[in-house]
Amino acid sequence: MSDLTTNQTVAVEGDAQFGDYVSLLKPRVMSLVVFTALVGLIVAPGAVDPMIGFASILFIALGAGASGSLNMWYDADIDAVMRRTRARAVPDGRVSPGEALSLGLGLAALSVAMLALAAGWLAAGLLAFTIFFYAVIYTMWLKRVTPQNIVIGGAAGAFPPLIGWVVATGQIGVEAVLMFALIFMWTPPHFWALALFMKADYHEAKIPMLTVTHGRPETRRQIALYSLVLVPVAFGLVLTPIAGPAYLATACVFNAAFLWGALHIWRRDDVVAIADNYRVEKSFFRLSLVYMFAHFAALLADAALGLGGGFPWQ
Amino acid sequence: MAITQTSDLHRRRAGRNLGVALCLASFIAVVFGLTVAKIRQGAEMEAFDHVARPSITVPEGGQ
Repeated sequence: MSDLTTNQTVAVEGDAQFGDYVSLLKPRVMSLVVFTALVGLIVAPGAVDPMIGFASILFIALGAGASGSLNMWYDADIDAVMRRTRARAVPDGRVSPGEALSLGLGLAALSVAMLALAAGWLAAGLLAFTIFFYAVIYTMWLKRVTPQNIVIGGAAGAFPPLIGWVVATGQIGVEAVLMFALIFMWTPPHFWALALFMKADYHEAKIPMLTVTHGRPETRRQIALYSLVLVPVAFGLVLTPIAGPAYLATACVFNAAFLWGALHIWRRDDVVAIADNYRVEKSFFRLSLVYMFAHFAALLADAALGLGGGFPWQ
Repeated sequence: MAITQTSDLHRRRAGRNLGVALCLASFIAVVFGLTVAKIRQGAEMEAFDHVARPSITVPEGGQ
């Protein structure tokens, strides 16, 4: 007597795997949210119970995931057009738009309610506002109507360290506002560099990115201008007690490199860029990712080593 | 002879069910941990049954 096992492969449309639902939450964005919120929480004065800190970061990340899911639900039409996003779960048909919407709304309500229980209503209110800002203000409104979409929409990504700070202190401090401002000012050059070498994508999707509405030379100029404004914001944190020598050294190195890259982009034109396959723009985009990580890692290092607030002017 | 049919559909559903189960278990663990942490803090807590409630107790000699 023996067992007979058959293996039937039936592709069922809409029958998603667990990973497809996880992908709706934009895990890579969530990892940046977790990191910056964690830094905001750790560098803040005062101690937080580790369990409350862990749960708060988890619910902030879930809130970010909820807004990602709502974004994927609403943007399925333009995601299907863009090469970079057409394999996402909703445009690819693995997850229905209704499921993405339900997941987004459910996680948004859950994350806000749980953060309120864990850390209080100010932190929960800021998280609710962040989800609303990203899903409604940015995704449903700004993204499709104005080239300032990235500039204003960048605020949504800048809130996590501020929320982390509020979890620890119960109030908004100047240091938290400066961490917010750092991400806020960094977002436009970061995304415009991407838009420069993802030329066809935004154009085909009819998204009014700066490259489409004002042209590529203007985008290059704006990258340089925003990078110039970013530098004093980054150094503004040095005036506060959360920054120490690690942050100062990081800010010196990375702001010099960032400014150099931005000015390099400004001086180039598309003829040169196409010839070397957007080498400078791509390396600037990679640098921008490291830039953000390095600044927050330096704040974390200063806090861990107890070096923050050691300068005479702090 | 036992016939076992394993299809792609069953495998996908099993993976999804396992994922949901793990999420629920993790959520329960987090809520439990959070409850323990909040009770440890305890400063702002007040029971409601069969105990004195400081917030509604009228101080001696007061109104």
